[in-house]
Amino acid sequence: MKKKNLLQRSIIIGIVTLAGLYIVIGPHGRRPHLKDFTYSGIKATLADNIHLGLDLKGGSHLVMRVKVEDYLKHLTEDNATAAELAAKQQNLEIREAHAETSGGNYRVVLQAADPSKTQAIRDAVEKDAVAKKVEFGESKGWSFSASGPTLTWTLTSAAERTLSESATDQAFKIIDSRINTLGVAEPTLQRHGAQNSHEILLQMPGIQDPEHVKQLLGNPSRLELVHVVSRSAKEGSVQTYETEQEAIISLNSGGNIPANRRVLKYIERADAASTPSQETKSDTKPTKWVVVESPGIIDGAQLRTASAVPARAGGDEYEIAFSLKPTGATRFGEWTGANIDQYMGVDLNDEVRSIAFIKSQITDQGVIEGRFTKDSAEGLVLTLRSGALPAGIQYTEERTVGPSLGADSIRSGVRASALGLALVVLFMLFYYHGAGINAVVALLLNMVLMIAGLIIFGATLTLPGIAGIILTIGMAVDSNVLIFERIREELRSGKTIPSAVEQGFGRAFVTIIDTHVTTIVSSLFLYVFGVGPIRGFAVTLVLGLLVNLFSAVYVSRTIFIWLLSRKGKRITSLSI
Amino acid sequence: MAQLFQNVKVDWLGKRRYFIGLSILLLLAGMGTAVYRHKFHPHGTEAFNLGVDFKGGTVVTARFKQPPSVETLRAAIDKAGIHDAVIQQVVSVPGEFLIRVAEQSPDSAATESQVGVDPARAKVKQALSTFGAEAEPTKTLVEDPKAAYKIEGTDAVGQIASKQLRNQAIAVTIAALIGMLLFIAFRFEWTYGAAAVIAVFHTVLVTLGLFSIFQIEINLTVIAALLTLVGFDVNDSIVIFDRIRENRKLYRRMSLYEVTNLSINQTLSRTVITSGLVFLSVVSLVTLGGETLRPFSLALLMGIIFGTYDTIAIAGPIMVWWEKRLEAANKLPAASARESGIQTKGRGDAARTGVSKSSRAARV
Repeated sequence: MKKKNLLQRSIIIGIVTLAGLYIVIGPHGRRPHLKDFTYSGIKATLADNIHLGLDLKGGSHLVMRVKVEDYLKHLTEDNATAAELAAKQQNLEIREAHAETSGGNYRVVLQAADPSKTQAIRDAVEKDAVAKKVEFGESKGWSFSASGPTLTWTLTSAAERTLSESATDQAFKIIDSRINTLGVAEPTLQRHGAQNSHEILLQMPGIQDPEHVKQLLGNPSRLELVHVVSRSAKEGSVQTYETEQEAIISLNSGGNIPANRRVLKYIERADAASTPSQETKSDTKPTKWVVVESPGIIDGAQLRTASAVPARAGGDEYEIAFSLKPTGATRFGEWTGANIDQYMGVDLNDEVRSIAFIKSQITDQGVIEGRFTKDSAEGLVLTLRSGALPAGIQYTEERTVGPSLGADSIRSGVRASALGLALVVLFMLFYYHGAGINAVVALLLNMVLMIAGLIIFGATLTLPGIAGIILTIGMAVDSNVLIFERIREELRSGKTIPSAVEQGFGRAFVTIIDTHVTTIVSSLFLYVFGVGPIRGFAVTLVLGLLVNLFSAVYVSRTIFIWLLSRKGKRITSLSI
Repeated sequence: MAQLFQNVKVDWLGKRRYFIGLSILLLLAGMGTAVYRHKFHPHGTEAFNLGVDFKGGTVVTARFKQPPSVETLRAAIDKAGIHDAVIQQVVSVPGEFLIRVAEQSPDSAATESQVGVDPARAKVKQALSTFGAEAEPTKTLVEDPKAAYKIEGTDAVGQIASKQLRNQAIAVTIAALIGMLLFIAFRFEWTYGAAAVIAVFHTVLVTLGLFSIFQIEINLTVIAALLTLVGFDVNDSIVIFDRIRENRKLYRRMSLYEVTNLSINQTLSRTVITSGLVFLSVVSLVTLGGETLRPFSLALLMGIIFGTYDTIAIAGPIMVWWEKRLEAANKLPAASARESGIQTKGRGDAARTGVSKSSRAARV
């Protein structure tokens, strides 16, 4: 090897090493100060530079599944009601309408009173669906079939997929906006799992007990607007009962609840006018009971928007403005028109959250009055909005890690790495003497560059990631072992030292490439199919291997070239 | 100069019967235990000790200031309505316990949305609270003077997720094996790929068998470890195959049997040193890596031992056996072709030089 070549190699190695070191310990995004290079300064910047995974820094990891089958079920039921209504509006008599939602099939079934009218009913229903822009009708992927007086619309599987997908998307967006309003620091929200699993992953660093977040996320949520059975607003305030028993007795049906009634808990909200001081102690509020009509007027799926607005400009009182989707608006308009001065309740997960009376007919938008404070109004808006989730969500995975557990993991990870490194270094020095130093230099450089790589790609370091680093320590020396063993073999077969080194590197290189590519292939599988922390493991492993090609082959070889050139032509021994 | 295994001349392939016998024994032992546990065990244990990742359920990590005995802890949890809790004391951290519970049915008070994952944590919390207050969320156990314990972590996985993860794990392992097979087939020969993959598969099975025998928990990280093994093990096979490829060019008169033995012997010191070094790093993981990584580290430990063994004992013999069969199969048409006077170029060469080497082997 020529001197010039050696110089060139040294410069490249020098630059890469310095750049790697700076990426690892230097501050990013600002100019470095002198104090950045003291022990504590380096420690601080190191903590800034390396993104720790949730398992190391603490936090929660939630996987939720959108219950799309509930969404499709409700949709089918709504469509059955709407279809019946549409036909009746055209004076076409329907004997019976129902939704079939069992066994993964979704069907709307109408029984015409007069079999000769089926075509007319079909047209009326289709026209109505198109006019109201609902997810129904043949144009929206419901295949129609008729036999005798029976008309059936079946949701095709393609449309089912599209609908489920859009429901998941919608849920995703809603959850996203909720998390942002909650002010969770650095949350990660992403779709999770296979395309048809309808799952969403939420990670929140630093939050150890996700319970309150889950509650604030608006425990998703069956929202209904219900008619509260009570005297009218003209005659007095809404009728409530102190106990469930009292409410049931008031129904006069011998202690049973009839099918068209429900008895629900009613938690009175603090309102600004009466008891502002009690607001902070919401748990001391008495729980009351009310009787409501069943089924409700409309449900949360019909809600389009809701927002908290001041009742008067500049006032302290707030009310909630909401608007409805077209199908809901029709139904709601009819009901409110017929029930002025009646009390209407907001039922969320079988608890009545607020009660207001109807001042005038409301069709597609309205206001819930209730002398809300800004906070209570916004709180209700939040629940109303999460009530607008297309379907409930179900938590399928919940992992939490406290910060001390994370710190323990880091500590044990660092200790294990240090021990592994020490053992490997000792062995290499003992077994390969001078060349062992060579391997150790390559190994240390490998680690620096690997961490630099993690920082450059913004990868997160997880506990399995640390395990990946430790494993790389063992595997990184493999290349050096291969090369050194080969050089020894060549020496034994009587080659001169320079040609043994040359041959050793050359022959071993083919093997090194093969072994590296295989491991990278298996790591790719880990990355593509793996979840969460396992991906971190795959990333560190691949990075370690790539860096290794540089450190174990290029750097190690350069050191040999330098050793040989220093001794000139009179090389008699090589410490290997 | 310290040198392991200089000029070794072991007839590895000659001992293939013992090796393969030993492997079959190990496989049968693992399978036997798994089946026995699954079918006949009096207490109805499972074949594998699946962690919450694959079985569903909750693990709560709790730390106490004054740790109670496992018995009192179990009694408290029993009282809270969980009767099948597995309580494990963490040796490395005093006062820390891992409490594993199966998926709990929700209390009547729990809302629908909380089905699946939540109730267990709440119930365990309720049970632990009989020992005193939990530390406030923002404080550590040490910082909060009034606290008696703190829930440091939970892992709760619902039925759906665990089933998905289980299917995924199996699919990934098989996909990785197929990926390896394709890659080695591309770089070497199909027979080499198949031999290496069979050897790896054997290691994976033996490791799983040992996990069943010792009832070590199998979780997601164990799958990661198994996949790492797949890569590592194939590495070893490739180093030997590479040497075989090289030696076949150098020693054209040697039989594949001899070349394979020679190549294994030549690379033996590398195999042992590398495996030994990886073994050392894994030992440091097992001893210092902490409770969370224990199953992962153990899987790697076993895998490295058997991975090294199988390259020599399984991959080599299978490859040689397979190549020989192909050779025999290729020879027949070649011989009959010569008799009938038709000579294709490749086959003709082989026939003329008289070297018992098929056209396939000549490409190696």
